[in-house]
Amino acid sequence: MSIALEINGKTLQVEAEADTPLLWVLRDELKMTGSKFGCGIAQCGACTVHADGQPIRSCSTPIAALAGVKITTIEGLGGKHALQAAWVKHDVPQCGYCQSGQIMAAAALLAKTPRPTDADIDAAMTGNVCRCGTYQRIRAAIKDAAATLSA
Amino acid sequence: MNIQTKLSGDRTGLAPTRRDLVVGAVVTGSALLVGCSPMDLLNLGAKKLDFGAFGPFIKIGADGAVTVISKHIEFGQGTHAGLAAIVAEELDADWSTVKVEQSAADIKVYGNLLMGAQGTGGSTAIANSWMQLRKAGAGARAMFVNAAAAKWAVPAAEINIKSGVVSHPSGKSATFADLLADAGKITPPAEPVLKDPKTFTLIGTQAVRRKDSKVKSDGTAVYTQDIHLPNMLTAMVAHAPLFGAKVKSFDDSEALKVKGVVKVFKISSGVAVVAENTWAAKKGRDALKVTWDDAKAEKRSTAQIVEEYKKISTAREGSKPFDVRGDVATGFSGDLTNFGFDFPYLSHASMEPLNCVAQVDGQKVKLTYGCQGTTMDQTAVGMALGVLPGAVEIETLFAGGSFGRRASPSAEYVVECALIAKKIGGFRPVKLVWDREDDMTGGRYRPMVRHDLAIKVGADGYPAAWRHTVVTQSVMKGVPVPQGKFDASAVEGALGSPYLKATPVVDCHVALVDSAVPVLWWRSVGATHTAFVMEHVIDQLAAKAKIDPVDYRRALYKKAGADRHLAVLELAVAKSGWGSALPAGTARGIAVHESFGSVVAQVAEVTMKDGEPRVGRVVCAVDCGIAISPDQVAAQMEGGIVYGLSAALYGAITLKDGAVEQRNFDGYRVLRHNEAPSVETYIVASGANPTGAGEPGTPVIAPAVANALLVLTGKPTASLPFVKA
Repeated sequence: MSIALEINGKTLQVEAEADTPLLWVLRDELKMTGSKFGCGIAQCGACTVHADGQPIRSCSTPIAALAGVKITTIEGLGGKHALQAAWVKHDVPQCGYCQSGQIMAAAALLAKTPRPTDADIDAAMTGNVCRCGTYQRIRAAIKDAAATLSA
Repeated sequence: MNIQTKLSGDRTGLAPTRRDLVVGAVVTGSALLVGCSPMDLLNLGAKKLDFGAFGPFIKIGADGAVTVISKHIEFGQGTHAGLAAIVAEELDADWSTVKVEQSAADIKVYGNLLMGAQGTGGSTAIANSWMQLRKAGAGARAMFVNAAAAKWAVPAAEINIKSGVVSHPSGKSATFADLLADAGKITPPAEPVLKDPKTFTLIGTQAVRRKDSKVKSDGTAVYTQDIHLPNMLTAMVAHAPLFGAKVKSFDDSEALKVKGVVKVFKISSGVAVVAENTWAAKKGRDALKVTWDDAKAEKRSTAQIVEEYKKISTAREGSKPFDVRGDVATGFSGDLTNFGFDFPYLSHASMEPLNCVAQVDGQKVKLTYGCQGTTMDQTAVGMALGVLPGAVEIETLFAGGSFGRRASPSAEYVVECALIAKKIGGFRPVKLVWDREDDMTGGRYRPMVRHDLAIKVGADGYPAAWRHTVVTQSVMKGVPVPQGKFDASAVEGALGSPYLKATPVVDCHVALVDSAVPVLWWRSVGATHTAFVMEHVIDQLAAKAKIDPVDYRRALYKKAGADRHLAVLELAVAKSGWGSALPAGTARGIAVHESFGSVVAQVAEVTMKDGEPRVGRVVCAVDCGIAISPDQVAAQMEGGIVYGLSAALYGAITLKDGAVEQRNFDGYRVLRHNEAPSVETYIVASGANPTGAGEPGTPVIAPAVANALLVLTGKPTASLPFVKA
């Protein structure tokens, strides 16, 4: 099918089978490779993007469901989000493969909850796996970014 | 302690070193190519590398900016930053502008000096590079010093360099850029003078931070999965559902109807579906019908294997001694305290499932991927394609984790990709994608292990005689082991334990069993189970003797002369507030273990939540020699603890009639944000050469938690994971 997708503020015309997950359209068709493939079944969060501001797992969301939906990917943050600065400040990443998804999940959290508690962070981030075990630095960076944004 | 001593010292006459084994692995692979030294043999077909005036590890641009060439892959462990800092320290470069690039594959230039082949593993990246890169940096520094001395007609001894600026007390000053042409013409001294570590200004400071955090926070870091080359195809492979099964026949009629599927063909490991993109490859594979020949396949279930291991252990069937001392015949008379432990298969489950990009055209082979076992991969691919190993060109990318998985002696996924690319031919790029299910069911697990112990406790409450039997599969299967030796990695950590050294009568055996289930080193290898057994047994013996577990360890470490163990123990005890009151329902446990030349102590605070152990605070003390980047050593302790805790709490790959029951993160539970502990790391001040950091934090947390649970519930732990599925 041919479908118009609104990604990072631009309307992009995409040719792909209707059942193709957004992740593979982003990665293979649009060459936007910041969103990662980790599990394919919405269990790890590496593919997290925003759909109308809500975090979704792009590996399990077919493009047919996304007409008229505003999609934001890690590329859409432009490297300028306070979370990204905090990630660098705390040297959060190790292998780094999950971090796009972690940052997108955290960005959705901060948009809704500017000063998250530990419980808020647990609730928002538990769907995002990090096998290198950077969890405590992610938590510190989210709090740091929240403080910066609220200052 | 020097890691070379550690790796080979305790094992003389008993067990091959890691170096023997890796060389053995690659040489066996090249057995057909005879008539020269192993190193020459493995380098056959290699292009001569062209590097500049400052040698194979340092490039300096026209702007004076220093680039350090890393012979080791960066897959999270912080190696790039550590290696670059070693060079920057000796060169007195401007750290803020230092960059890191990945080296080419070349065993002679970029071999791992502790392995004898090029590759990353065994927590050796920093340890084996330490002197090599210090000399490289100091040599380049001498070139700038001598260039400035000649230009300014002053004695070289009066020249100073700081942050890439060369100066003389007279006021003369120049940048690396200013002196680049002159310095490049100077021959570096054969043995450049190295700094006294006491004068280091960069190493050991908080300034040594990662160089890749930005690209790993904005989505621009490039992993294998992100490679898109012109005209590239994507392949997925239908793998056998049982280990050891083979393709009998297949029907590709439906697969070929999937839009985007280009070709379907049989390869040695299954049936390959090659398509224009990943989704088409996956749908094509789903539509494929394969009949498997499982006559020789593994068909046992986990419970059967556990029972068989127990029987082998009891009978010591086919076992070999690894530490036997004292009067074994009479030492075990009287009452014995018995322990038995079962450990499951574990998946590495890196975030980036296995993948590779290959281009093949006759003798021309290029691989682009997160390459960990460089020489092993070159050799295996060379053998599979009939190409000289050195001619297999490799471009190494970041990898999304590995934990040992990407360094596989058979290089099965790399060979799989190369065979598909050969069939496609014409140097057309083929990206092989394993999905999570391929990755998790593809074997190369941490082996299942059974330990049985019978210990005679002396009148003083300490072990008087220690009988120990380990049953497991060898991760070195297929690797020739020198006569009379065996795979020491199966028992490392029991072998060399201070508790055994402190025991007068010791009778330790290992039985290495065979199975169609392929196994592999998994972050911290033998220590994943030996640390658990040794440390949890010690707490149970201490409890039986009514001695505090810290005091019990102190006595044994003193008896064994284990000074470094004692030092990390005392540091962890002091920082954790050992012995102070905790809220009701919380208990502390401690464990100490040496691996990869480093010694780690951890104190875990544990509670029970919804019937599962929950770890709150962990205090970690580590002696890893000179810590080049204290922050990244801390990061490795934090990550190692999460990795070890995840496996200890939930990790288990189980078989039902031979089929792997866990296929993805829904079945193979891993630790998540809400379950993650808060880790505090303390590094023992040391002037010794650096030892491992990537692995030694991993094996200590499980016994620390088991020891806390022993206090909390009164019950010992006899099998992992703690949380049964």
